This record gives sequence, structure tokens and C-alpha cells, in this order.
Amino acid sequence: MRRYLSIWFPALLADRALRLRPELKDTPFIIAASQRGRLMVKAASSLAVHKGIVQGMAVADAKALLPELTLFHYKAGAEEKLLNRLATWCFRFTPVVAADLPDGILLDISGCAHLWGGEPSYRDTIIRNLTASGYQVRAGIADTVGAAWAIARFEATHFIVAPGQQEAALSALPPAALRLEPPVLERLQKLGFAHTGSFITMPATVLRRRFGQQLLTRIGQALGHLPEAPVPLQPAAVFREQLSCTEPVHTRVAIDIALETLLERLCNSLQQAGRGLRSAIFKIDTVDGGSQQIFIGTNRPVRNGGHLLKLFEPKIATIAPGMGIEVFTLEAPAVEALSGRQEALWNTLGGADTGTELAGLLDRIAGRMGDAAIKRYLPAEHYWPERSVVPGGLFEQPGSAWRSNRPRPVYLLSKPEPVIVAAPVPDYPPMLFRYRGKVHKIAKADGPERIEQEWWLEQSQVRDYYVVEDEEGARYWLFRSGHYGAEKPQWFLHGFFA
Amino acid sequence: MYLSTGCWQPVYMAKALFHTTLFQQLQQELLLLQGLRAPLDTELQDPGLGIINQSFPHRSFPVGAVHEWISSNAEDAAATTGFMAGILGTLMRKGACLWVSRHRNLFPPALNIFGITPDQVLFVQAPDPKQALWAIEEGLKCETLAAVVGEVPELGFTASRRLQLAVEKSRVTGFIHHRTDRVAEHGACVSRWRIKPIASTLPGGMPGVGFPSWNVELCKIRNGRPGSWKVQWTPQGFSVLPEKMTAQERVIKKAG
Repeated sequence: MRRYLSIWFPALLADRALRLRPELKDTPFIIAASQRGRLMVKAASSLAVHKGIVQGMAVADAKALLPELTLFHYKAGAEEKLLNRLATWCFRFTPVVAADLPDGILLDISGCAHLWGGEPSYRDTIIRNLTASGYQVRAGIADTVGAAWAIARFEATHFIVAPGQQEAALSALPPAALRLEPPVLERLQKLGFAHTGSFITMPATVLRRRFGQQLLTRIGQALGHLPEAPVPLQPAAVFREQLSCTEPVHTRVAIDIALETLLERLCNSLQQAGRGLRSAIFKIDTVDGGSQQIFIGTNRPVRNGGHLLKLFEPKIATIAPGMGIEVFTLEAPAVEALSGRQEALWNTLGGADTGTELAGLLDRIAGRMGDAAIKRYLPAEHYWPERSVVPGGLFEQPGSAWRSNRPRPVYLLSKPEPVIVAAPVPDYPPMLFRYRGKVHKIAKADGPERIEQEWWLEQSQVRDYYVVEDEEGARYWLFRSGHYGAEKPQWFLHGFFA
Repeated sequence: MYLSTGCWQPVYMAKALFHTTLFQQLQQELLLLQGLRAPLDTELQDPGLGIINQSFPHRSFPVGAVHEWISSNAEDAAATTGFMAGILGTLMRKGACLWVSRHRNLFPPALNIFGITPDQVLFVQAPDPKQALWAIEEGLKCETLAAVVGEVPELGFTASRRLQLAVEKSRVTGFIHHRTDRVAEHGACVSRWRIKPIASTLPGGMPGVGFPSWNVELCKIRNGRPGSWKVQWTPQGFSVLPEKMTAQERVIKKAG
């Protein structure tokens, strides 16, 4: 004997919008979708519904009813995504969960309810939890999917149907409770069938002739004569290993052993799934109820126990075992596919190695100094020197070639430093310049190289760059900001040449 | 008389030959003990230093060793970086390079003219000198890297010894760049260099700034001969400029 629980969200999308933007509590709003070339109301908030706006209305009509209506656009597939997420959350109540589009979730609760102290309290727990997170919810329990669906949506008082009592429970509900197509419903209404009870006991041949096979199928499914199997959601594979200690431990050696064991198990399961982890959390639970965790991240999928152990090593010292550790947990919240082929990617950095060693080194550095500490630069298609390089990812290939036709200094000051110069004629390189109190007499100079600021990015003065060499042989990159005009332009030192 | 010398000479020569080979063997063994093993053929990479090679043990630029570079101001530092980049360009045919510093002011596009693809350089910005040293040591232990450049203010004897031990195993070349004059004299590094910019020249006395030119001073080289040269970086690579002798030196040379 199976038992099903059907959850119905009467205002799924509106509740979701409210959850995301709590400030909308006092404003009526609708979610509109374009249908056959015009905007229709897909969902309306309770305030809007109160004012007479219903689903399926044209947005223009709704606006006429309530000019201050706020409008959001519907994103295709939003309910499906949301329902799948909610269904995933429901895995805590039963292992078999299915999203019931467009506005429900179906749980196979056979043998689960007694864990919550019976069906009423089981149902209450689910409703309470969902209501607390902001959703309006109704739920019904019955022997069949069809009956549970009908009870959740159309029953007003008794939400739990005792085993075998579907027929009695359904008889007072309208025909729509049988999940019928609109034409069939229309015909039933025309013939005056207001309740299922008035036709559910009729002979099958009579019903088939007048309403088609669909009605019979639905009745059979609701009463349990015909089988119906919802497609259950597959839970995402969880990479998580746990190790409990018979005696509380508090030595470093014990922690090391536990971590090694867990890593070995985790890497095995990752190997079987063809995956590598991008981050891992090592959690400990202490005897006194405390919990601590350390976190590591890698720059590419990894399933090498030795390398991961190295990443954890410097952080193990931060664990304070206190009264003793009872349970160790190792979790990989972020995993990615890892095939042998990926190793070849690292050849972007040259060399014939598979890159595991270099990647390991970078992980260790990132683990100690943070991800931002490691940088790689790629050419950018800008002339403005500050903008001519961009930090790139480790696997990224340069989009354009490195330019080498113009002289560029080995050291570039992040902020050009003002210098005092003596220039003989406008547009000539200076004769001498004073930088940090020292006067440099210029012996040789090249230039100018005019670099204009890209006006669509930023507005600033044009720069005329000169490569100069002083009498001691040191080479500098100077520029004059702006043209000679009413006021004297300022000169800057921007870099040092090799 | 003739006969006697004739008999004596081969013996003497054989003895001398024996001594030279013995010396060479001993020298090799000593170098090996000091962690300066002769480069394998696969490792042999000549940055094209020409005559400077004569100063190195094994007559080639020591790879798999830690070199120290000292510059006292920004101009020298830029010159040092340029010279270093010229050598790195050859070494980096083997793989990537890790560049550890505290404040990055290196401008990657400039590396291109020294034969380095700038996107093959991984920059590590360390928050403090201790972390920088740690990153350098870890980098030197990583065999897949071609070289590690570290810009640190100082390097104690213990630290330099650690780095040397790391490279002896991994054969990665290390460049430690001190941008300060106050550097301890002792250290376990194989060499110590000081590079200073000198006036550049253009062929035919053309006006304008010429190729990067430096005064390269090899202050210390283990089992080699220190020296000083004028070096220019041309698009073809390094070229060691012939020493311009003063009139007095010419006279001394002529006189023998």
C-alpha cells in the first residue's frame, strides 16, 4: 500500500517574487508573460488578486483596473527551476520526490510518516516549514497520486484520506479535481455534473462513449485501479565522507590520520564518478557540541589525495579539539568533471609536463596568500599603457598578439610621477629633468609617441611620450600631458627602461 | 744531450697530462659536492652570453642554481630586470616562470623584446617577505617550472642555503633580486651580479636612444672567475661589447 502527499502552491511565482523582494509587501504586482503577441497576467500578488486581477487577464485590462500595478516579466521555465529546488529540499522527508508542474510537488511518503509521529504531524511539519519560508501551501495525503492531488487543491477540511477511502473523499469534489482537459470539463458542466460523486459510479462504457477514454483513465488513477508512477527527481550525488571515533580524540596525529582516511575515501568516490573537486570542507564535531571547519579551494578539479592533504596541512593547526573530537566529516561542495584530457590544458603555459605539479604549487600559494595573489597578464587591445594589459585566468589564451613595435619600459609606475623639466622648444624632448631632487641631463632622446586617451572610456589629456637617456646611461619614459597652450603642460615620469 | 732530452720530455709530458686530468677530475668532484653538476645535454641552454661563459664553471651559464642580483636604485633595477629577462628568455623555452615580488611594477609587455612571452609568466604578489621567501622556495622545488624570480629585500645565509638545496634537486634556476644596497656579503648563492645601465649607441652614430646597454659585473661566482663586461641587448640577443682600452692600457699590452 502506497501513500502519496501532494503539495500545492496556489501562488508560487508571486510568493517567490515576494521572497526575493520583501519590500513589495504593500504593493500590488503582477508577473506578466507574453502570449500570442500580447502581455497576459501569469501570476498576481494577493493584493492584486484582492482588487480583482486574475491569472489569464490581459495586462492592459489589469492596468486599467489598478493603474499603480507593478509589473515584472516572467522568465520562461522559472516555475520548473523553482519547483525542482523545492523538491530537492523535500528530500529530507522522503527519498522519492517529483516536481508536479506547473504548481505542485509530489512526495511518495510510503513508510516515512511514522518517523514524524504519524501523517498529521508529518504534513504539518512540511506545511510549517514551507510557510515559514514565505510560500502559501496546501497539502493532501491519499493512497493515489490523483486523489492526493485533488485533496490538496479542492478539499477544504479533511486533508488526509484514510487508506482505501478515495471514492468517498472525492465524491464531494468538483470534476476538475480529476485532472481533466477543459473540453471534457465543459461537457460535464453542461450536463450538470457538479460533483464527481454524481458520475464516478457510472458504468465505464457509458462514460467512455460520452467523454472519451481520458475521463476513465483519470478516474481509475484517482481510485487506484490504474497504476500511475510519477517521475522521481534524482538527488544530486553528494561527495561526503564521515568518520566517527569510538573514543574522543584530540591529538594532531589522530586528526591527520582521520583526514588522510577521509581523503582516500573521497578521492575513490570521485574517481568512480569521473570527477574532481574544486573545494573541500573538513568539519569536526567536538564532544561538547561545538563544530569547526576548515576550507580549501583548488584552481582546477583535483582528486589527488596527497595534494589535497598538503593544502589542508597549514590549516589543521587552527583546529582546537577542546574536549575531544567525535566526528570528522569531509565534504566536496563543488565538483567538476575531471578526465585525463584536461591535464593537457596546462600546456598553454609551455613545457612538456602534464601540469599537475605546477597546478599543485599554485593551489598551495593560493591557499596561503589568497587567490588574488597569483596573476597572469594577457595583452589588451588598448594603446593607453595602463590599459594595455589585463589580468587573465590561468588557462586563458591571449586574444591578440603582444605588440613589440613600440618601446615599452620594463618598470611602469602605477601612477606617473610629476617631474620638473626644462624643454627648449615645444614638441622637443626636454634638456633636463628633475626627479626626486636629482637633476638628470638628457643626452639622447627619441619621440614623441603620441598616445590619446580612448574618449569612450575616459576623458583626459593627450600624452606625448619620449624615451630619454641621461648622461649616466639610465633610460626613462617621460611624457608631457596635454598640448602647449595658455598654460604650461605638466611633465611626468612614467617608467624605467632596461 | 739530444737523446737525453728526447727521453725525458715524453715522461714529463705524460706526468703533466696525468696531473691535469687528475686536477680536472678532482675539480669535477668538488663541483659535484658543491651542487654544481655539469649540465646534461638536454639541459644545455646557452643564453648567448659569449665571452662571459668563460667565467662560469663548466663554461656555461649555471642552470639549476640560485643567482643573486643587486641593484641600488630604480634605474639599476630596471637594467637588472632587462638583463635577467634576456637570460630568462632562453630558459623559458622549457616552461613557465614564477615571478614573486611584494609590489609588482614590472610592465609585462616589455618582456616581449627580451624573448619572453609575457603570458607565460606567473606573478605572485606576496604580502610580506616571509611569505615571498616561502613562495620562492616552493617554486624552486617545482620541477616543471623553468625559473623562479624573486624580488626580496634580503636573503639570510640559512634561507639562501635552503634555496640552493631546493634547486640542486629540482634543477630549476633561481634569480633573487635585491633592490637594496644593504645586502649581507655571505650567502650560499652561486653567483652575485650587479648590472648598471650605460650609455647606448646606435650604429653609425645615428641620433636617438640605442639598444639597451649595461655594465655587467659578476662580483662573485663559485668556482669561476669574476669579471666585468659591457653588454648590449640587440634583437639577435646579447652581444658583449669589446673593451675599449685606454691609451695607457694599450701601451701596457703592447709591452707585454
